[in-house]
Amino acid sequence: MSGSFSDYQSKGFFDEMFAAEGVARPHYRKLMERFQDMGREEFERKRALAAQSLLNQGVTFTVYNNNEGTERIFPFDLIPRIIPASEWDFIERGLAQRITALNMFLHDVYHDQRILKEKIIPGETIRSAAHFRPEFMGFDVPKDIYIHICGTDLIRDESGVYHVLEDNARCPSGVSYMLENRQVMKRIFPKLFGRYSVRPVDTYSEELVKLLRSVSPDGNNEPAVVLLTPGIYNSAYFEHSFLARSMGIEIVVGADLVVENARVYMKTTKGLKPVDVIYRRLDDDFLDPKVFRPDSLLGVPGLVEAYRRGNVNLANAIGTGVADDKVVYYYVPQMIKFYLGEEPILPNVPTYLSANDADRAYILEHADELVIKAANESGGYGMLIGPQATKAEVEKFRGLVAANPRNYVAQPVVNLSRAPAFCEESIEGRHIDLRPYILYGDKITIVPGGLTRVALRKGSLVVNSSQGGGSKDSWVVDDEPDAAAC
Amino acid sequence: MLRRVADALYWMSRYIERAENNARILDVNIQLLLDFENQNEAAVRRHWEPIINSLEDRELFFSIHPEATAETVVDFVSFEKKNPNSIYSCIGRARENARTVRELVSSEMWEQINSLYLYLGSERSRSVFAGSGYEFFKSIVDASQLFQGITDATMNHGEGWDFLQVGKYTERADRTSRILDVKYHLLLPTGEKVGGNVDVVQWLAVLKSCSAMEAYRKLYVGQVAPWMVAEFLITNDTFPRSIRFCVNRLDLALHRISGISHTHYGNEAERLSGRLSSDLAYSTIADIFSFGLHQYLDRIQSRLVEVSKAMLKTYCDWMEEEGKMHYPLKSPAEA
Repeated sequence: MSGSFSDYQSKGFFDEMFAAEGVARPHYRKLMERFQDMGREEFERKRALAAQSLLNQGVTFTVYNNNEGTERIFPFDLIPRIIPASEWDFIERGLAQRITALNMFLHDVYHDQRILKEKIIPGETIRSAAHFRPEFMGFDVPKDIYIHICGTDLIRDESGVYHVLEDNARCPSGVSYMLENRQVMKRIFPKLFGRYSVRPVDTYSEELVKLLRSVSPDGNNEPAVVLLTPGIYNSAYFEHSFLARSMGIEIVVGADLVVENARVYMKTTKGLKPVDVIYRRLDDDFLDPKVFRPDSLLGVPGLVEAYRRGNVNLANAIGTGVADDKVVYYYVPQMIKFYLGEEPILPNVPTYLSANDADRAYILEHADELVIKAANESGGYGMLIGPQATKAEVEKFRGLVAANPRNYVAQPVVNLSRAPAFCEESIEGRHIDLRPYILYGDKITIVPGGLTRVALRKGSLVVNSSQGGGSKDSWVVDDEPDAAAC
Repeated sequence: MLRRVADALYWMSRYIERAENNARILDVNIQLLLDFENQNEAAVRRHWEPIINSLEDRELFFSIHPEATAETVVDFVSFEKKNPNSIYSCIGRARENARTVRELVSSEMWEQINSLYLYLGSERSRSVFAGSGYEFFKSIVDASQLFQGITDATMNHGEGWDFLQVGKYTERADRTSRILDVKYHLLLPTGEKVGGNVDVVQWLAVLKSCSAMEAYRKLYVGQVAPWMVAEFLITNDTFPRSIRFCVNRLDLALHRISGISHTHYGNEAERLSGRLSSDLAYSTIADIFSFGLHQYLDRIQSRLVEVSKAMLKTYCDWMEEEGKMHYPLKSPAEA
């Protein structure tokens, strides 16, 4: 075959590229022409070039096997996902609305708890949330910002409607792949970029460092900002180092820092140097062995005390994980109405709470048709996809739901939209999602697009890299003049 | 600069230099053997054991291989994963260190060391190796020299670069002393005289492995004698692989880091490197031979370890407690 789409099947799902069999959507037409011009050999050459370029630059994640870490590149699919500007503008408004409400929710839940008092969210849901930090009740964070960086996962259903699948309000990862994917695509498809005007993403690091500098504790115009990583053996280390480099800030591990008189310092060759803002890529639990997990060797003893005294700021704030709880997620549309008095622009995926008696009965009865998720797991773990599971797995989840209703939610299986991906022999439709990265500071900044993850295994609905997922470059492009005709 | 970062830069630089010098040592030994093809097995063995002795890896080597043959020694020094000082391990560790300081090394430096690492793990390097040892060792030396050139041309010559110089020259001084020492361990076949044909060929090989042949010949026209070669490689102050040159550069880099004039010392590392540098400047080859060449080289190696220990204590110790989070990927035998 060539780069052609002649055998491509778009039926049965919402296809990003094709409106009907063989009929490309307007914003995909130039791409289709380019790919049809391309022979199999040229395509293979480009694919090898992309893979080699990612490997040489060390754009990898580490897979551990028999105690020996192997570095793999995150599989990269050459066919970009294209989003027309009008669609993007809508997504952008929805994400801005959502993060505003989430930040207001976090302020509220750590202060007056109005949303609990007015019974919009049951108090018990919050009190029992694994990542709720009651120790921080009444604590004021600089500029009242809790979530500085958010990575919200969006999916499209069978009719192309965007839904929010989850908010990642702790340490969302993947943004470096978004940035590197774009670099690779520019190198291997320079002409195609000439035909489209793709909105740039490379301002991300600039915007992020500006944001981090703007939230330094009071009175410091030249703050020292550092990125705190768990270390080189962390699977996302490439990203940590990539971001630190592109922001021009120090990357530190816990042992590089020391706290004296509730002030954080880094150990340099010329003595101790104060630190003002920490972009931490470490979960709350590991930050400070004096306060959280005492066995954590990754954190900094005394860090939380320095934070409490307002001598250092953390991005994201401690305690944002309560918003990542999948039961709390259920209430985000209500939060938007409650705090902003607006209707949600981006809907949630319909969700059943097993803590509600009626919902639980439904979940137990239809377990083999639903997706059941643990409230605080991620990365595609702790999850049952009913229709694809064995009877034993379904039974196991029924038991889990019945035994611990607070900890489970269920959703109907959404057949995620598909986009063409290059698979072994031919171009085939594969399910995708989209993770845009939202920066919340003096203003809200969302770089156009985000990371499109693609489930490369045939039929798979799980896009996580740990489960055979890959990624695509995501382009936001101007609408085609004749778009209205389709 | 973070203490951990200074530490990683120092070790990265040392490991690359070590890999390069291992390749040099093996290459020269293989060349030497070609000159003595009609030797019996016992004689061949005598050519390989000195390398293991000089690299101080005897115990580990004989726990893996029963015998020091060309195959076992070359494999042990090139590819053996269990040997922390094999070329493969050195490049792996240099790369691990580079990975922790990617914000300081230029992209070009990273790509160079990363592609060298990927090359060593690939089938390609094995087949180059199987085809011709010479090609393989040359590819390692070239890659290391390319890395050093890229470093000089793309990295800011500030504090980080100075730590790279400290690492590079410490390692190079140590390795040059070991290369000389290989010759000490290399016994002359019975009936051969010191200064005789075989002896001269062996000393020439030592010069070659330090890329010192041309430089030496210009200085000592038409003469190859053990004391001259040793004098050149120990006390010459302009040849970039001589011990004295390396120690001088090490001393200068240490002073650039502290900002103290190099006629004074501001810390223990500078005191020790300054003293070693003076000793090398004021020693004659006659002094060295009367002290005993092997003993002298041994002493140089342990004094380099002292400088290194003092330097690490001043600038690089960064862990609160031992074993808290283990980054420096170095063998316990080292400072």
